[in-house]
Amino acid sequence: MALLEICNLTKSFGDFAAIDKVSFSVEAGEFFTLLGPSGCGKTTLLRLIAGFDAPDTGQIILDGMDITQLPPEKRPIHTVFQSYALFPHMTVADNISFPLKMSGELPAEIKARVKQALNDVQLTKFGHRFPQELSGGQKQRVAFARGLINRPQLLLLDEPLGALDEKLRVDMQRELIKLQKDSGITFVFITHSQNEALALSHRIAVMNHGTIKQIDTPSQIYNFPDNYFVANFIGKINSLNAQVLAITDQQLELEVTGLGVVKVLSKEAVNVGAQGVIAIRPEQVTIKYYSTPEEAVDGFLGKVKDFLYVGDVTTYLVQLPNGACIEALTPNATPGRTQFFNIGDPVVVNWEYASGKFLKNEA
Amino acid sequence: MKHDQQINKNNRLNRYLISWPPLLFLLVFFALPSLIMLLTSFRFPGEFGGLAPIAPTAEETNHEYGLTLETYQFFFSDIIYAEIFLKSLTVAAITTLICLVMAYPLALFIARSQKRFRNLMIMLVILPFASNFLIRIYAWMIILGPESAFSYLINTILALFGIAPVTLLFSSFAVLVGMVYVHLPFMILPLYTNLEKHDPVLLDAAQDLGANSWQRFWRITLPQSLPGIFAGSALVFIPVLGMFAVPDILGGTGDILIGNLIKDQFLGSRDWPFGATLSIMLTLVVLAIVGLVTWLARPANRQTITNDGT
Repeated sequence: MALLEICNLTKSFGDFAAIDKVSFSVEAGEFFTLLGPSGCGKTTLLRLIAGFDAPDTGQIILDGMDITQLPPEKRPIHTVFQSYALFPHMTVADNISFPLKMSGELPAEIKARVKQALNDVQLTKFGHRFPQELSGGQKQRVAFARGLINRPQLLLLDEPLGALDEKLRVDMQRELIKLQKDSGITFVFITHSQNEALALSHRIAVMNHGTIKQIDTPSQIYNFPDNYFVANFIGKINSLNAQVLAITDQQLELEVTGLGVVKVLSKEAVNVGAQGVIAIRPEQVTIKYYSTPEEAVDGFLGKVKDFLYVGDVTTYLVQLPNGACIEALTPNATPGRTQFFNIGDPVVVNWEYASGKFLKNEA
Repeated sequence: MKHDQQINKNNRLNRYLISWPPLLFLLVFFALPSLIMLLTSFRFPGEFGGLAPIAPTAEETNHEYGLTLETYQFFFSDIIYAEIFLKSLTVAAITTLICLVMAYPLALFIARSQKRFRNLMIMLVILPFASNFLIRIYAWMIILGPESAFSYLINTILALFGIAPVTLLFSSFAVLVGMVYVHLPFMILPLYTNLEKHDPVLLDAAQDLGANSWQRFWRITLPQSLPGIFAGSALVFIPVLGMFAVPDILGGTGDILIGNLIKDQFLGSRDWPFGATLSIMLTLVVLAIVGLVTWLARPANRQTITNDGT
């Protein structure tokens, strides 16, 4: 049975439905991420789970018990806040021991567990410091330790890595994965960063406009997005307008406007004549030189319009005969090479049959 | 760079230009008078008030002159002065405590109200300052007077329990009421300023980690408001110690405080040196209390769990 079940949850502020009939469940021991652009309702959802706000309708069930009406202090759920929310008048040790004191542990027990917790987050020497004497990364670790020490059934994390600089964030991501694995506590993580979500999670729920667009593992979400929003929000995607011509057993035949017929794997049920886009990830697009049109037997002819060199990869923008542009990502594996194609070079654009996906237009 | 140095120089010059007027003001109107007061306390009183001359004059050589420790000997020779000091300290302490207990919930209420109502409420708190201090105290004479509705109400209630009627005016009770009334805004304002700055997410965090509303107050709000409590207490305690108008108007004959004593030395008994001595002693007592509180409140004296044995 799932540890956390969200059933038909709705929360409106005036006319605005921040959360609209959301249902999903989180398994015990899972690292579950709510991903979405700002304003998609993910923070509202977190506040509902933590108990700071009450839903208009729906239920929150934790470990088989309906906790919808329970105040935050009675829920076995702790939160790591975006701003850390460390108590400025308490030392690091006092901050970490706070949940234990609230649940009435004995002083000796508290002391031992705080020592262990400080050790777990590599802050053994910092117990007597005050929060304002710590760096951003250290504060972050104190917040994790404080959230985990009383072993909540669920730990909510509200964009906890948002305030850290890029390099520290990557280190902290590894640390977070380790903390989750070692503690075995179920994490519900909130972020607007797709990289963070893909790197950390067991499963991701992509949200937009108060609803969940897709729930799946990171690789499924990335490789097999259910709809255009998910495809476009997670990573970069090329999309060309297309219409379904024919449906065979395993594949769809698409008429791509101005280009011709393209075949893709059929995943979901669509009807002949359905309008949509064919979507291909830039790193799955290959481009090759050609000198005569006869060399371009397989693929579309195009012209390099622009390129962007970012170190590890170069992104080429190629204009297709129908006027649309397609991005191709090529890794810079050979040292000393900054670019392979020049602006204006004629190229053949191609991708593997399995890379293309048809995503129908949403009604 | 030369240009930058010029700017730095100008900055420093500006800082001096800005800070010398208040410095000069404090020097002329605080440091200098304190010094004069200290010197006065070591002098002899003049025959008709004022001070006796430092050096003997030609026409009057038999008068006392020069410097002396006489006033200090006099102060310590009679227990009554220590008693009045103790009584004044008690009144100041009780006033401070009542103000704190009354002001804290109000300050908290204002700080947690919607932003657009806060300024209005704070304005209402300081509104009494718009009318004259003495008029407000005389108003309390009427409120507490034997003919007042308030007195009537109190005595009617007391009569129900079979207690003889009491006179509210010209008593220690009236003095305390007046003191609290006058000084309450001085407690509310610093408390509000402090409480308004508290980050509400800390209360969310505490609640999330298992603290009920009582625990949230004791462990999060109260400790963070200590600077406000200290500031408000100082703003009430110190002026109450020196206050003479309230006991003069609302108090009885037995309600004399240090403030009245000092005032009497200068205006009534015309013993300036002894008045100065009392002032100096009062200043020393205040400084000692402030020092003690500061020492008690320093971070090293707070209890913390340390895990590395340090």
